[in-house]
Amino acid sequence: MFALDGKVALVTGATGGIGAEIARVLHRQGARVALSGTRREVLEQLATELGEGVLVAPANLSDPAAPQALVEQVEAELGRLDILVNNAGFTRDGLAMRMSDKDFADVIEVDLAAPFRLARAAMRGMMKRRAGRIISIASIVGTTGNPGQANYAAAKAGLVGMSKSLAQELASRGITVNVVAPGFIATPMTDALNEAQKSRLMERIPLGRMGAPGDIAAAVAYLASEEAGWVTGATLHVNGGMAMT
Amino acid sequence: MSDTAEKVKKIVVEHLGVEEAKVTSEASFIDDLGADSLDTVELVMAFEEAFGVEIPDDAAEKITTVKDAIDYIEAQKAA
Repeated sequence: MFALDGKVALVTGATGGIGAEIARVLHRQGARVALSGTRREVLEQLATELGEGVLVAPANLSDPAAPQALVEQVEAELGRLDILVNNAGFTRDGLAMRMSDKDFADVIEVDLAAPFRLARAAMRGMMKRRAGRIISIASIVGTTGNPGQANYAAAKAGLVGMSKSLAQELASRGITVNVVAPGFIATPMTDALNEAQKSRLMERIPLGRMGAPGDIAAAVAYLASEEAGWVTGATLHVNGGMAMT
Repeated sequence: MSDTAEKVKKIVVEHLGVEEAKVTSEASFIDDLGADSLDTVELVMAFEEAFGVEIPDDAAEKITTVKDAIDYIEAQKAA
């Protein structure tokens, strides 16, 4: 099940822990994978690890022209684009009282506008082939909110509304548009928490552990597969039960 | 038939998968040729690409028949 042989996927933010794992899993399922991100060396390293059927395609998604160029590059070099994974994103946290217009706008630009531009660029070829998968990685905070993350939570909630709209626009062309919303994933940042902080966090996670990048990648692989063909406009919450929506 | 008309009809046949005989000048994309709103957007984009013209949204809205498309494109090319 969930085989992706013959498919081409583009994963943005493949330099990060979750993005790299998504790329690994899609590749293992048989897809050829374009790895995008800002740091070329990190992408090259991942490409070496994965071996055949990989394209290194660095891009700076804060440039409004980058998404179109990136999709064109993938289509030119790998022949098509079947699966778009909007994973790239960043945070610039601060309480609203102290959050500048720039910090708000920059996060919206990369975390919400770039995924829209990528989807717009990718849907053309998908429409012609009458098939495609657009999957965006949101966050639990898009649903629950989080103090200090008004910008990030707005962008992540925005991905959900955008995806539902695109899902309706593109359903007649066999393209599904879905969201995966991760909860707390173990990262170098969460490793730095002290024991007291960690145990407080655990109390809020019914399944009693932090998430791993593989938990998210598995959800993406499912939504990318033929078997998920009747799922569109959905948000798959992968959060250990922390928020049941 | 002008070159433009021929090319427009060919694009319509290809994109909508309809028989050539049905693509008359008066044919409406939506009412006669079974296009939906996405099809009309795709058609406009295909015309833009094929003829190297830009068709802004307000003009695109008025292009509802094969003849509308031919007239618009010929006017653009003449301009």
